[in-house]
Parts: sequence; C-alpha cells; structure tokens
Amino acid sequence: MKPPKTPEFLARKTYRLRRLMDAARLLPIFGLILLLLPLMRHSPELDAPPTATEGVYLFAVWAVLILTAFAMSLWLRRTLEQSAEPPRPDPPGPSVQTPAPTPDEG
Amino acid sequence: MSFNMLVLTCIGYVIFLFAVASAAERSAAAGRARWLRSSTIYTLSLSVYCTAWTFYGAVGYAARSGLEFMTIYLGPTLVFVGWWVLLRKLVRIGRENRVTSIADMISARYGKSNLLGVIVTLLCIAAGAPYIALQLQSIAQSFTVFVSDPDAMGLSTDRNLIAFWVAVGLAFFTIAFGTRTLDANEQHHGVVTAIAVEAVVKLVALLAVGIFVVWFVASGPSDILTRIDAQALPEWEIQPGRWTGLILLSAIAIVCLPRMFQVAVVENTEDRHLATASWAFPLYLFLISLFVLPIAVIGMELMPEGSNPDMFVLTLPLYLGQDGLALLSFLGGFSAATSMVIVAALALSTMVSNHIVVPLWLRMRAARQRDTGDMRLLVLNVRRLSITMILALGYIYYVITGGSGALAAIGLIAFVGVAQCLPALIGALYWRGASRTGAALGLIVGSIIWFYALFLPSFGPDIFLSARVMESGPFDLAWLRPYSLFGLTTLDPLLHALFWSLLLNVLAFCAGSMFSFPSPIERVQSALFVNVYERAGPARSWTRPVAEAEDLLPMAQRIFGASEAQTFFRVQAAAQGKQGFLPDITPEFLEALELKLAGSVGAATAHAMLAQSVGTAVVSVEDLMAVASETAQIMEYSAQLEAKSEELTRTARKLREANDKLQTLSVQKDAFLSQISHELRTPMTSIRAFSEILMDAEGMSDEEQTHFARIIHDESIRLTRLLDDLLDLSVLEHGQVQLNITPANLRELIDKSITASNSVQADRTFALHRSRDSEDIEILTDAGRLSQVFINVLSNSRKYCDADHPRMKIKVQRRKGMIEVDFIDNGSGIPRDKQALIFEKFSRLTDSLQAGGAGLGLAICREIMHNLGGEIAYVPGQGGAAFRVSFPVSLQARDALSRPGKDATEAAE
Repeated sequence: MKPPKTPEFLARKTYRLRRLMDAARLLPIFGLILLLLPLMRHSPELDAPPTATEGVYLFAVWAVLILTAFAMSLWLRRTLEQSAEPPRPDPPGPSVQTPAPTPDEG
Repeated sequence: MSFNMLVLTCIGYVIFLFAVASAAERSAAAGRARWLRSSTIYTLSLSVYCTAWTFYGAVGYAARSGLEFMTIYLGPTLVFVGWWVLLRKLVRIGRENRVTSIADMISARYGKSNLLGVIVTLLCIAAGAPYIALQLQSIAQSFTVFVSDPDAMGLSTDRNLIAFWVAVGLAFFTIAFGTRTLDANEQHHGVVTAIAVEAVVKLVALLAVGIFVVWFVASGPSDILTRIDAQALPEWEIQPGRWTGLILLSAIAIVCLPRMFQVAVVENTEDRHLATASWAFPLYLFLISLFVLPIAVIGMELMPEGSNPDMFVLTLPLYLGQDGLALLSFLGGFSAATSMVIVAALALSTMVSNHIVVPLWLRMRAARQRDTGDMRLLVLNVRRLSITMILALGYIYYVITGGSGALAAIGLIAFVGVAQCLPALIGALYWRGASRTGAALGLIVGSIIWFYALFLPSFGPDIFLSARVMESGPFDLAWLRPYSLFGLTTLDPLLHALFWSLLLNVLAFCAGSMFSFPSPIERVQSALFVNVYERAGPARSWTRPVAEAEDLLPMAQRIFGASEAQTFFRVQAAAQGKQGFLPDITPEFLEALELKLAGSVGAATAHAMLAQSVGTAVVSVEDLMAVASETAQIMEYSAQLEAKSEELTRTARKLREANDKLQTLSVQKDAFLSQISHELRTPMTSIRAFSEILMDAEGMSDEEQTHFARIIHDESIRLTRLLDDLLDLSVLEHGQVQLNITPANLRELIDKSITASNSVQADRTFALHRSRDSEDIEILTDAGRLSQVFINVLSNSRKYCDADHPRMKIKVQRRKGMIEVDFIDNGSGIPRDKQALIFEKFSRLTDSLQAGGAGLGLAICREIMHNLGGEIAYVPGQGGAAFRVSFPVSLQARDALSRPGKDATEAAE
C-alpha cells in the first residue's frame, strides 16, 4: 500500500545547512586520506618513483579540495552574515527532524 | 646587473611599498578603510606564509626530494578547507578577547597568566631566529647570484655583510611601519596592504618564471611531465613517515606561527573573510606550488653541475638570458623575505613588550610605589628595540650556522619549535579542564626537547653540542643522544624531534591539567573560550567599581594618547547617557576599557594595569563570595519585605474581621435591645392592663380582685427575674462576678440540683440513671454557680423532653484534671441547625410560653462555665438532648482571675 503523500515537517533549509556544516568538518579528514593515498601506491620494482603521475594526482586532489571549499563557503558564509551566532549543532541521535526556525532569506 | 643598480632597485621597491602603506593608512584614517578590510586583502596577507623559503627554497626542496615540498602547502590547505572546525573558533575568540598575539591568546586563556606569555614569547623568539636567518640567507644568496658587476664582486660575495645590511634595512622598515600606532588590535592597515601587494608580486614572479619554463623552455605540460619522470631521482620516493609528518607539521605551523597568528587572527575583522580565505588561500598555495617542480626539473636539466638548486628561480632566467624576468623574480624573492620579516618581527616585538618588558616595568614601578608614567612611548620604544633585537638574533643565527644549509631544512626547525604551542592552544579552545600548570609544563617540556634535539644540533657540530655528544650522548649516555633520544633511531632528526617533543608535551600538558587545580579566573576564562559561541557579549569580570573615572582617564591617556582616550571615555559616557568625559565606573565600562587596553598591551598586562588602578587584582573567590553575599543580602532584604507585607495583609485581614464582628455585634446589640424591650413589655402590658381593671372595677368581687392582683404579682416576679437574669449575665460576661470557691462533693451537688429542678413541671416523673460511685468526687469550685448550671440543664430537660417515659442519664468522668458531667435525656434532642444557637441570648427553640423563661438560661450557663474555667457544650448523637458540662477538679484562684481576660476577648467575638 502506498503511504499518503504528506509533506514531512522539516525545515529543509536549516537541515541542509547543518549537514553542510557536518560536511565542512569532514572535508579536511577526507582530504588528508586522499593526500596519503600515494603512500599506498609504492612500487618497488621501479628505479625512480612515478613523480609526474603522483604530482598530477596530488594537484588534482588539491584542486578538488579548493573547489569543494569554495562551494561550501558560499553557503556557510550566509550563516555568518545572518547572525553572529551560528546555529547550534544538532543534538545527538536521530532528532534532526526537530523543527527549527527557518533562517531568514538574505 | 651592477650591485648598485640592484641596491637601488631594492630601495626603490621599498619606497614603493612605503607609499602603498602610507596611502592605505591615510585611507583608513579617513574612514575609507572598507576595501582595506576586504576578504581579498585578508587572503593576500595570509600569503605571508610563503616566504623566501617558498620562493627559493621550494624549488631547491623539490630538486632534492621531489614531491615532498608539497607537504608544506598541503597541511595549511587542510587547515583552511577545514576552517569550520578550528580557525573559525580561533578567530572568533581572538577577536572577542582582543588578542594581540599567540602568547597573549594562551596567557589569556589560562587565567591571564603572564608566566605562560613569557614562555611562549621566548619559544617563539627562539624559533623565529632560524626563520629570519633563512630570509637573510636567501636575500644574501640572491644578491651574490645576481650581481655580475666585477667592481662590486668583493662586496657582493661577502654574504655576511649583505645579510647584515639587509637586516638593518628590514629593521628600519619594520620600525617605521609597525610601531607608529600602538594598538595592535587596530590592525596595521599599512603593513597589511603592503604585504598584500608583496603577495601579488611574489605570486606573479613565480608564475612568470613557471610559465616561461613550461611554455618557452619546455614545450608545454605534457613535455614537462615526461621531463619530470626523466629527471626523477630514487631519493624522490615519497617517504611515508616524512610525508605524513610534514603535512601534520605544516598544518600545525599555519596555526601556531606567530606571524600567521598575527595576520589570520589578530588582523581579522570578520568571520566572512575567513570563509573566503578557506578556498582562496589554498588556491594561492596551489598556484605558488604549481610550477615548483617544473622549474626544479628544468634547472636540474639545464644548469651546470653544482649550482645551488635553492636559487634556480633566479639563476635559470639569468642563465637563459632573461634579465627582466630575473629581476622580477628577484623582486618576488625580496618581497617574500621582507614581508615575512616585517610581520614576524612585529608579532614577536608585540609579544616581547606585552609579556616581558611591560609587566616587569609595571612590577618595578609598583614596587617603588610610583605612578606608571607615560606608557605610550615606553611601549613603542620597547617594540622598536625588540624588532632590532629579533633581527639581530636572526643575523647571529645566520652567521653562526654559516648560511650554508638548505632553506627548507632551516624553516622546518622553526616549525617544530612553534608546534610546541599546539597542545596548549587546542586545549584552550576545546578542553575546559586544561589548566595553567598543564600548559606551562607541556610548553616547557616540549621546548626543552626541541631545543636539545633539533635547535642546538642545527648549528652544526662543535658549536653548542660537541660532535662527541652528538655521537654518543652527554656523559656517554647513549639514550640521550640528541638525534636518537631513548634509543629511537629509525626516524630522521626532524621527525624524531617532532615526535618526542609533541608526545611529551601533550603528556605533560594532560597530566599537569589533571593533577592541578585551576584558579577562579582560569575557570572563568576557560568557559569563555571553550563556549565562545554560546555567549552573546564579551567577557565579564569586573564586579566591584572602586576606581574613579578621573583616575582611569590619565592611565588610558598614557596608553592610547590623549585624544583617543578622551574620545573613548566620552563615547562610553554617552553610551551611559551622560555628558562629559567621565562615565560611571560600571563593570561594563571596565570591561570595555580592559579590552581596549588589551588591544594595546595584551590581556595579562591590561588586566594587571586595571587591577592596579581599580584595586582588585583578579576575580578571586573572595570577590565571588562578596557578590554572592550581596545577592544574599538583597534576597534577605526582599524576604523581609515580603514578610512585612504579609504581616500587613494579615493585620488588614484581622482588622476586616474585627470590623465585621463589630458590625455583627452592633446588629446583635440592636436585636438584643429589641428582644429585651419585647420581653419587658409583655409582662408590663399585662400588669398595666390588670391594674387598670382593678382601678376601674367597681363591683368586683374580692375573689376577682385577688385573682387579678396575683396575675400582676406573678408578672412582676417574672419581670424581676428577667431583670435579675440580665444583670447576672451582664456581670458574668464582664467577668465582674465574685466567685465563692469552696470545697464540695460532686454527688451532693447533683443531688441538690435534682431536688431543686424537680419543682419544674413537677407532675412529670423522670427516670434517673446515675452512677453514684463515680460521682463521689471532691471538687474545689464555686458550688452555688455550678449547681445553678446543673439545675438549668435539668430543668430544660424537664421542660423540653418530649418522650413519653422521660429518662435522664447523668454520667461523670474524669479526664486530665477536668471533670465531665453529661446530662443525657431520651427526647428528640435539638435539631442540628439549631445546635449552634442554643447558647445565644434569647434563643428559644419554640415560641411556646411553656418555657416561661426569657431564653437566657443557657447563655448564663455558658458564661458561668467560662468563669469556672470549663465549658458547656451540646453533644450530638446521644439519643436525645445531651449536654456536657466540664470543669477543673480544683479551680485555682489564678484560673479564676485569668478568666475575665479571656471572657473579655470572647465577649468581643
């Protein structure tokens, strides 16, 4: 049976923003892991390391990090402008669906 | 290019920077500082991270170790893209507390402790020396490389001399710019703008060389990639330990380096700028690093064997005949070096003056009980002196080490040094339990290890540590060898020092924090720092206004200068709604003043200065207690007020009740009077009527006359009795009765009363149930009055008992010195709603005249019993009318005496 289509009670914007903050916190960790990857691609049979390939890889990761940070900062800076006080972090657990006041536009 | 030409170029460039900085300061002074505080300027000023080490050293680093040079830029990239976690909080705290340096930050967090300020300052100076030496070395090298003028060869190859003059020039430039204004928190617009310009110059220079190398020397990116692989050395292999360790180290350094703290935290005006810098600064680093490897590879390929790879950026264009490009490159390197030296010297000199000289001076002055004098000039001079000293230290390091090391290696020594601040800094931001003792211990332990295991050995053997000590440890203790402490031999010296210093630092920090107990102000500050987002305004710590504004104004003038201090005071006064220059000394005002002072001389010093003037050294437990007891007093006072108002309410209620009673009494009195009139009138009417009959009657028989006269007589008796009763009641009620207290036997009393009451309706016979034994009690009371009560109760029973076979039960019992006599008949009793009325005056349950009385009997009984110290009550539910008469076994005279008072009150009720 299909459940009735009722809009869930959820301040979507605030919810997205909080997940974005989570992502902002995780970004450096993922960045670090990606930057450590060349260590695991060690190939002892070569005389010289594949510097060019690894260099391209590292610069690519670097570029991705910059682009992601750029995209995130566009959103995050709105919270900074709205109020000096950023929204509180989520309470632990699945209670993210607690309705929060929708931040004002602009 | 000739030596003189080069010197002139440098001077010209410096003058240009000077002009830019002056213009920026003028613009800021004119209030057009908006663009100066833009995100772009902020991001560009952050590029002070990229020093000559980056500009020259990175290429050398890449030529020696391949991709490892990137770690120095990847660490900061991670910190900046993760700005939401750490930097945001750091910047917010720094701004709200008007922090002037990293030493100030740590000192402020751990209870405004000056000890920590001193430790961090000394550490940063020690770490700063090799870093500044690195810049001097690179400029000196670039000079020697560039100059082709044979006349000046002798001069230009004396690197020490060049380095000396460069140091002098930089000291002069820094002093001229950095120490014109005092308030470090007012942001050095001029310096920051100049640094932003330099950031552009060095980026453009490096990009220009890079583009030239990739597209003009090589034939594009793919060609470069093949050349890279062709030149790759076995040493270029990424070493896992160094790779990870250096990323971590550079990430720590970007936060802990004094100059980075200066531009990132102290000069920050808005969180917004950080949001931009979060991607723009990594982008800057990306662009700076992009061509490093290509330049290194082409340099290795083309340059003659034995050329210094650290100078490829400069020597490669020169070699290829691109003098213009080489000059640009030279200026880029010059920019990178000067901007670092200026900001680092500024930051360090602020720390020296705020944490070492000014506190010392204040203490000396305080010890000599003297006025603090003109602080302004003192602070500025101390800073000027500090800048000179710091550059001198850098120069000395350069001379001692011989200026021969690889640039990157020197820089990393400095990195490990400043990294010792990290545990204390992170603890300051996230751990409320971190304490001053822990921070101090951690810093000291970490610094000592860094000093011993990395800094001293960096001078080379036989300068501070002999080759023998390096080889086999001091006193031949192998486990104390500087490069392999505790037998750890697998790590290279840098990682080894980083590992041990940070590990023991963190251990000492945690242990010290866990085993020490923080002072009150430390705990206040820890809450302020850790919970910076949960609080609206800046910190509150001044609670007791003691000083006068007149005392504070001169002090502020000495720090800010007269006009600025006066403006500040006037603005504060206006904010309080006052005219003139002297605001009220509120905690808020003191707070604002302290913050402003902190912007000039650091948190610890500002606090100490205000404390000297205001009289409270710190927020002590005593202060808190005082506040608490004040609060307690207020609460007590309000409790008293509340009690008083309650009392008033009670009194008012009593008054209202008394008033109600008085009104009731008034009504009762009227009713009583009308009742009395009625009662008196009835017999009077019949007396009058029968007297008239007697007077008018002529032929009236004697019999008739006698009959009428008897009626008149009876009515007179009734009237008299009524008046007697009234008198009696009145006497009883007012307690004027004379009690005749005599010993008596209760049984005899009851016997007499029964006999006396038998005259009432003598035709009715009552069955009596008594327990004569229990009645045999000797009592001490007014026997006559008591038997009056008994008679009244018994007579009433005879009158009103409606049973066919009337029966009277008399029950006597003793209870706690009281005697209770119950008179219970078998009639229908008294209806519940009338039970409350029977003891009232003139209350008769029936209209029938059979009662024959005026309805005063029970009222009199009640009054008598009150006078005898007892009472009479109706007891419902006994199968008939039941009255309980209770009285003390032995009535004491004082009881009798105390009665009137009680009666009086009861009468009033």
